[in-house]
Amino acid sequence: MRSTDQSFSRASVRHRPHLGGAALVLPAIVGAVIALVPVVYLAFRATERGLRPVVVEVSRPQTLTLIHRSAVLTIATTVLASLLGLLCALIVGATDIRCKRFWEVVLALPLAIPTYVVAYTWLGTFSDPAPFPGALGVLVLSCYPYVYLPVLGALKRLDPALTEVARSLGNSRHQVFRRVTIPLVRPALTSGSLLVALYVLSDFGAVSLMRYDTLTQGIYLSYVGSFDRTPAAILGLLLVSITAGVVILELRTRGATAAMVSSARTPQRSTIPASLGRMQAATQCFLVAVVAASLGIPGSALVRWTIASDTLDISALSRPLGATLIAALTGAAACTALAVPIAVLSVRRPSRATSFLESSTYLGHSLPGIVIALAMVFIGVRFLTPIYQRLPLLTIAYVALFLPLAVAATRSSIVQAPPALEEASRSLGVGPLATLRRVTLRISAPGVAAGTALVALAGIKELPATLLLRPTGFDTLATQIWTDTSVADYGRAAPAAMAMVVLGGISLAILNRANHLGGTR
Amino acid sequence: MNYRPALLHTMSPIRAALPFLAATIAFGAVVPVAGAATKATTTKKATKAPVKPTTRPTTKAAQATPTTKVQAPSSTPTRPTPTPTPTIRSKKLVVYSGRAERLVKPLFANFEFETGIELEVRYADSSQLAATLIEEGTRTRAGVFFSQDAGALGALSKRGRLASLPMSLLDRVAPQFRSPKGEWVGVSGRARVFVFDPRQVQNPPETVDALLDSRWKGKLGYAPTNASWHSFVTALRQVKGEAGARTWLAGFKANSPRSYSGNTQVVQAAERGEIAIGLTNHYYVYELSGGDLRNVNVRNEFAKPGDAGALVNVAGAAVLKESANDSAALELVEYLLSKEAQQYFATRTYEYPLISSVQAASALPPLNSLGSPVVDLSDLDTIDDSLKLLREVGLL
Repeated sequence: MRSTDQSFSRASVRHRPHLGGAALVLPAIVGAVIALVPVVYLAFRATERGLRPVVVEVSRPQTLTLIHRSAVLTIATTVLASLLGLLCALIVGATDIRCKRFWEVVLALPLAIPTYVVAYTWLGTFSDPAPFPGALGVLVLSCYPYVYLPVLGALKRLDPALTEVARSLGNSRHQVFRRVTIPLVRPALTSGSLLVALYVLSDFGAVSLMRYDTLTQGIYLSYVGSFDRTPAAILGLLLVSITAGVVILELRTRGATAAMVSSARTPQRSTIPASLGRMQAATQCFLVAVVAASLGIPGSALVRWTIASDTLDISALSRPLGATLIAALTGAAACTALAVPIAVLSVRRPSRATSFLESSTYLGHSLPGIVIALAMVFIGVRFLTPIYQRLPLLTIAYVALFLPLAVAATRSSIVQAPPALEEASRSLGVGPLATLRRVTLRISAPGVAAGTALVALAGIKELPATLLLRPTGFDTLATQIWTDTSVADYGRAAPAAMAMVVLGGISLAILNRANHLGGTR
Repeated sequence: MNYRPALLHTMSPIRAALPFLAATIAFGAVVPVAGAATKATTTKKATKAPVKPTTRPTTKAAQATPTTKVQAPSSTPTRPTPTPTPTIRSKKLVVYSGRAERLVKPLFANFEFETGIELEVRYADSSQLAATLIEEGTRTRAGVFFSQDAGALGALSKRGRLASLPMSLLDRVAPQFRSPKGEWVGVSGRARVFVFDPRQVQNPPETVDALLDSRWKGKLGYAPTNASWHSFVTALRQVKGEAGARTWLAGFKANSPRSYSGNTQVVQAAERGEIAIGLTNHYYVYELSGGDLRNVNVRNEFAKPGDAGALVNVAGAAVLKESANDSAALELVEYLLSKEAQQYFATRTYEYPLISSVQAASALPPLNSLGSPVVDLSDLDTIDDSLKLLREVGLL
């Protein structure tokens, strides 16, 4: 969290440990450049006919309608998903709920199901859901784990001494919760909400299937309806500017909570969970309802379709499964390799430049996959011909799409590595890179692993960029589902969708294990 | 819960990644050929249909010894195969296909077998492929674009991305099913129909105007994001004029039609009795029934000739400008208009063949009796205006 490293940075201004200059700066710049490629491409496309079309497009009433609809959906989803995620995290992390371990994992599982699959199953379950409630429902139930996971992590790191002191000073349990617990988990809450907001802005699957027109839908229709790149690029830039606004807002929030969370030391023991008492049964019912809606609806539809289809061919899944793993894991490895330097720099060398490096990775995160894909087509076919329509370019596209997920997770764990240890290591004659490897990364390993798993999870679900940039014949589970549903065969698509959920579940189990091992996120 | 300071049980990043790798390996072991995917990146053969020669003429072999032709394997395909003619090529012919892999893959496999030309087929949505081709510009690797609808072909033609096709080829199909500029040619026809549930509808409507009758209120279904619906709106505007189309769409909206994500969903809704009439294309009923209408409730009703509802759309193919002199590219487009391929569309996908020597499936009324309104399906300005009108009326 920014707050803590600010206090670190103030303390370490005089003796800032040097962690391998160019060896960090270079990959960090590479990461930021890749993340900015789509934005630069959009700027180029949007202005290729001068500024007039930009003004015309932006001031069109339809564009304003789209912005309005995008904003309404994003705000509504972010608020509801944050509340739901926070509530679930509090129940699991701070009460004596029964079957805690079970709920802990199951509540995170919706993250493993792509929104286009959830939306498909909703369409198959409810006839003709209304656009706004449909899109809102799908997105809230798919996105709340983005808040649930970090808040749960923060609750686990909570120092019980703080709440005990507050209690001893005469605060009621309720007051402690409001004055201590909530402010302490706020950084995790806001960074999770940021990921939800950016995801909703970029989502195409749920909004298109539910027929709720947003900016992404506008971008898509501009390609499909008229194959005109200029309006599509202008709408894309609008999305980027909205993102910039959201990111700046989040940075401000981080700053505001700085003083509150200065005690980010790892707790020596855990907080005594609040007793649910007579609320135990009601709380269990609530969690059952959440899981029934988020996992039950898509899960039961998938099972139903698999049974209904007589063409259950598990062996046909082996190739897509292998391809999915290859694409997702290389993407996750690349994102982690580039996220670590960015995170280390932004924590240990806080400055305008490193803050820009970090923020720039977020800018493209709200762009729909099709825009990233076409930007990569543009760059790839011109400057990277040898890797065009090959795995390396697909990996680069994954970096552009998912780098922020790895940066966020890695950063918050590096914040917890005390710089004093690095200084001690350096003073004992260990080189900067060796110190990074042997001290900093060891301490932040769980966070790094969590970031890797989050990217892998996103990579498993990715469709539009994979479809256009994959090597020919490289069928992933996502492209397989696309193939099957494009001839509208739900039964055939169901096994691939379930395989995807299983793969995602494994990633989440690893994420969860990483959280447990380090007690950090 | 964590009782110890994090430092006591630190682990190296490599160790942190271990469970991940272990899971990967475990998956690779559980699933027999997970690794085969890597092969798919280097060779396309793994994905090929069984009917496939084991060898094919490479450039060098073909140049050095023209006699080393592909030998037909012992398991010859059902139809007689002409002796393959090795083409002197240094690379595969790259095809961008907007048509679904499951539908057209056998066709491509047959082409490869019969000609010895190796194809590299990339599948995605027609519109996404058109956008990709526009972005790639003159550097594209693609030789042929096989599109689900005429609009995407028109977009490329308008930007000067397509090569002119020879008149002999264009002449195989009627003028309304090919590019006015001679840059793309229709391959199969898809008629708009009213699909209806006979349990609810005794006398199905024969014109689009009949759909506006208030007794169908809440009982109509359509797929608002589908390209074929947009083409229908274009036809509506040309048949009725702008004002007439607007009135019709407003009336349609007033009848509270139910929207579905695709044409298949429309037909399924009619089959369940959820709607009485759906606006869709003719072949979905056959897809749903597996070719035998006795298996399903729903039926097709073709609109009166000349009515906007009688529109016939096409899927079509084109050669990219850079491949204008590539005989293989032209050969593939020719193959798609061959008797064999057209027969395939007639019997496998229940679409209308567009060459006169092949008959449509016997259950279908003949193509020339449908009386499709004359609409330039590839005119994008028109499609753009249709989308605008739909937005104004509030149907998009």
